[in-house]
Amino acid sequence: MRTTAIKDSLSDRVFTLLNGAFLLLVSVLVLYPLLYIVSASFSSPSAVLAGKVWLWPVEPTLRGYAAVFEYKRVWSGFANSIFYTGVGTLINVAITITGAYALSRKDLRGRSLVMMLCVFTMLFHAGLIPVYLVVKDLGLLDTRWSLILPTALAVWNLIIARTFFQVTIPDALLEASQIDGCTDFKFFFRIVLPLSAPIIAVLCLFYAVGHWNQYFQAMLYLRNPELYPLQMVLRDILVRNEVDASLITDVRVAAERDGLRQLLKYALIVVASVPVLVIYPFVQKHFVKGVMIGSLKG
Amino acid sequence: MAMEQPANALHLKPQPRSERRRKALIGIMQRWQLYVLLLPTLAYLFIFQYYPMYGAQIAFKRYNVVAGIWESPWVGFDHFTRFFNSYDFWMIMRNTIGLSLYELIASFPMPIILALSLNYVRTQLIKKSVQMITYAPYFISVVVMVGMLMQFMDPRTGFINQLLGAFSIGPINFMAESSMFKSIFVWSAVWQNTGFACIIYLAALAGIDPTLHEAGVVDGASKLQRIWHIDLPGILPIAVVLLILNTGQMLNIGFEKVFLMQNPLNLSTSEIIDTYVYKVGLLSQAANFSFATAIGLFKSVVSLILLLTVNTIAKRAGQSSLW
Repeated sequence: MRTTAIKDSLSDRVFTLLNGAFLLLVSVLVLYPLLYIVSASFSSPSAVLAGKVWLWPVEPTLRGYAAVFEYKRVWSGFANSIFYTGVGTLINVAITITGAYALSRKDLRGRSLVMMLCVFTMLFHAGLIPVYLVVKDLGLLDTRWSLILPTALAVWNLIIARTFFQVTIPDALLEASQIDGCTDFKFFFRIVLPLSAPIIAVLCLFYAVGHWNQYFQAMLYLRNPELYPLQMVLRDILVRNEVDASLITDVRVAAERDGLRQLLKYALIVVASVPVLVIYPFVQKHFVKGVMIGSLKG
Repeated sequence: MAMEQPANALHLKPQPRSERRRKALIGIMQRWQLYVLLLPTLAYLFIFQYYPMYGAQIAFKRYNVVAGIWESPWVGFDHFTRFFNSYDFWMIMRNTIGLSLYELIASFPMPIILALSLNYVRTQLIKKSVQMITYAPYFISVVVMVGMLMQFMDPRTGFINQLLGAFSIGPINFMAESSMFKSIFVWSAVWQNTGFACIIYLAALAGIDPTLHEAGVVDGASKLQRIWHIDLPGILPIAVVLLILNTGQMLNIGFEKVFLMQNPLNLSTSEIIDTYVYKVGLLSQAANFSFATAIGLFKSVVSLILLLTVNTIAKRAGQSSLW
């Protein structure tokens, strides 16, 4: 804060010191596990097994990554996840933006009723099984659409986008266009859309991260392993410990094989998280913006 | 004046019902393009939100795939009483409530503390770096998160046990200890979410009138006093709203993570309503849709009641509330 005019008292200086120490501790606690994983993924299998890795890679090697790249299921999972994230996000954003814009218009009759319908879904859920039955009845089970359509819209994001339109699109703009004979479609596509780049960025990020990290729906609706997104493949390898043994049979020594298996896991964690973590510093401010808009009229 | 009189009178005369309806129809017709834009949203709401609510009536029926939702025979509250009387009921309720309360209490104050602390950092570079670091875990997926936990806590190769081994403790198979399950679950969630959750408090802190702080400094208030008398009251409204929302979501304690962390050894503390519904309804050989739906419905109703109760209490206490 702006306290430069007055010299800090002793207690304030102690506070600043302790505060700094606290933040340092927090940063280390958050950062260390992440750093450990990256370092372990670059270390030799025997070093990982023997617990020699503490901070930096020990006996650096890329064998973990080589094992990941030879793993066919990881690749098909990656391709599937890219598809689900791309198509899913496109549909999400299209539905959210159009619906949110319509609901932001004061001259839309029945809009408070629709808003109530939306908010109620956030308070009350039908539950897992009834939704499953709908997906089943629509014939979506075991198709790619089962990961896209049931989550085609997140009501929370709809409300965020609606608030954005209410705040940023002035009524005068609409009135002026209407006097000039502009239809609602034209106004939406020619004027509103070009003005809504920030909210589209925020929505893309929220939805895309959701799709990329999603495994639960795949577990519910998919039986065919060829359709599995990356997270399902990760679950088998990381959580259920099902590593395809054929990949590491050429390694004779049991201990070595065991170490390679651990190495594969560390490398896999890095590979799976990198796409999100790499774009994250660039989009951090958008996420922050999204949370702020949401808090305007939560 | 004289000219305006009749016009006004005409306006004040109550319109007949058909007239009003006609006007409403014209209003809708004029704005039909807006309704086209709204159509996908409505379609989604009805197909994937409200139709399932209609389908949830199978909780009161003996659902039969051939007969369908409507034709299946009614059984009243049979499924509910069966669940309440079942052997697992108290264990599941104890786990669900225990885990959610633990998480609520542990995770609620953390972002506030972090935000207050960050708010008193003067060097922008340090502030930005700490924020950047603490947000990062939020983007890690549940599967990777649980995978990381398992790697770190592995009895042989995990670094936690290797560290303990240096002090000749253990090895402890953390993931298999039923007494450890709740703590592992809650504190890993705190690790993952605190940074991101503090964004909203930082925004609220930035919105506090700086003249309050200036006045405080002039009057010789220490930083701690300013936190207590200026910052905390400033973020109280948003904190209350978040607390209400969290309470409403209390029973929805991340099924995904619990399910991934479950194993036969920790089941006595890790079985919660959601995982039970999934097992009874979809995993088991004799899948019972009606029974599972009833349990899910029970949870939804309890959640709604919790939310309404906390909201009412906040309102009575003169605090901010959802509506």
